[in-house]
Amino acid sequence: MSQKTGTRLNEAADRLPLGGPTPDELRRFAERARDEGLLDVAYAQADSPLGPLTVAVTDRGLVRVAYPDRPLDTVLGDLAEHVSPRILEAPERLDAIRRELDEYFAGRLGVFATPVDWVLTRGFFRRVLEATARIPFGESRTYAEVATAAGSPRAVRAAGNGLGSNPIPIVVPCHRVLRSGGALGGYTGGVERKRFLLALERG
Amino acid sequence: MSLPPFQALLDEHGAAVRRFLVAAAGPVDADDCFQETWIAALRAYPDLRHGRELRAWLMRIAQNKAIDSHRARARRPLPVADSPERSSPSPDVPGDGQPVWARVRELPEKQRMAVFLRSAADLPYEDVARALECSQEAARRNVHEGLKRLREEMA
Repeated sequence: MSQKTGTRLNEAADRLPLGGPTPDELRRFAERARDEGLLDVAYAQADSPLGPLTVAVTDRGLVRVAYPDRPLDTVLGDLAEHVSPRILEAPERLDAIRRELDEYFAGRLGVFATPVDWVLTRGFFRRVLEATARIPFGESRTYAEVATAAGSPRAVRAAGNGLGSNPIPIVVPCHRVLRSGGALGGYTGGVERKRFLLALERG
Repeated sequence: MSLPPFQALLDEHGAAVRRFLVAAAGPVDADDCFQETWIAALRAYPDLRHGRELRAWLMRIAQNKAIDSHRARARRPLPVADSPERSSPSPDVPGDGQPVWARVRELPEKQRMAVFLRSAADLPYEDVARALECSQEAARRNVHEGLKRLREEMA
């Protein structure tokens, strides 16, 4: 093999752009993917007083909100497995929900207009979360009340488990569910965050 | 048989696909080829049976897009003075080795693609072979013959 030709190719290769796609290219790609019906899940980071949240939407609505303690790879891996592997980071697609979260954390928004996509939930857990979604801003219910509203008054412990695996915390307000007697109970993002959200809503 | 989120492919292989296309399709067509490659990949993605050898799979798509663009350009009547092969690279991609790549683009298709995959995308022969859907031996032979021909022409 010619030393010289190989060297010239290596030199040419060294001069090729090193970087990946630019933000503008990624934006154009995500837009086109969406236009062609190929963007099943769009995600972005949203800043919040509770740390950077990962938020994900489908065409049907908000499908996932994850606290920063959950590794992004895990969050996206779950979405790839249970919703679709056609997942792109597409911040523009999340402008509406990010705006709503900002307003919520500023204490100016009590009801989210962004619809929820329940695809990550099933059966009794879904009914528990749907009942939870109906608890008004600033109010609370007990685990027993939520179990009853979900149609299984005796499944209190299962209701608690369902809330613990809530894929859409904050927007599906599992922080509004407390133990009878008023003890906080657990929370998917840690009890400190639950306390913060309840205090925020009480003004 | 779970596939990684598609964004992970973009993050991991976006740079290699871009390098390959800037060389193989040239500075003028690389951007279009880049978008076409990733759209085609996203379209086909859920039908993959496994998540292995994704880089070679992507390069196979990129290679097809580069070939399409090469053929389209051959059919497109271009004023001689404006021929992208001879004009200076676009201002967006200064000095990215285009004079050399332009010579490679004149090689027969198989040799050309083998050389681009090996030197521009920096793939190991294993992946060059997968992308070209040929044996490693054939991949090596195509690179070798491509370089030999270049050497003769550049001498």
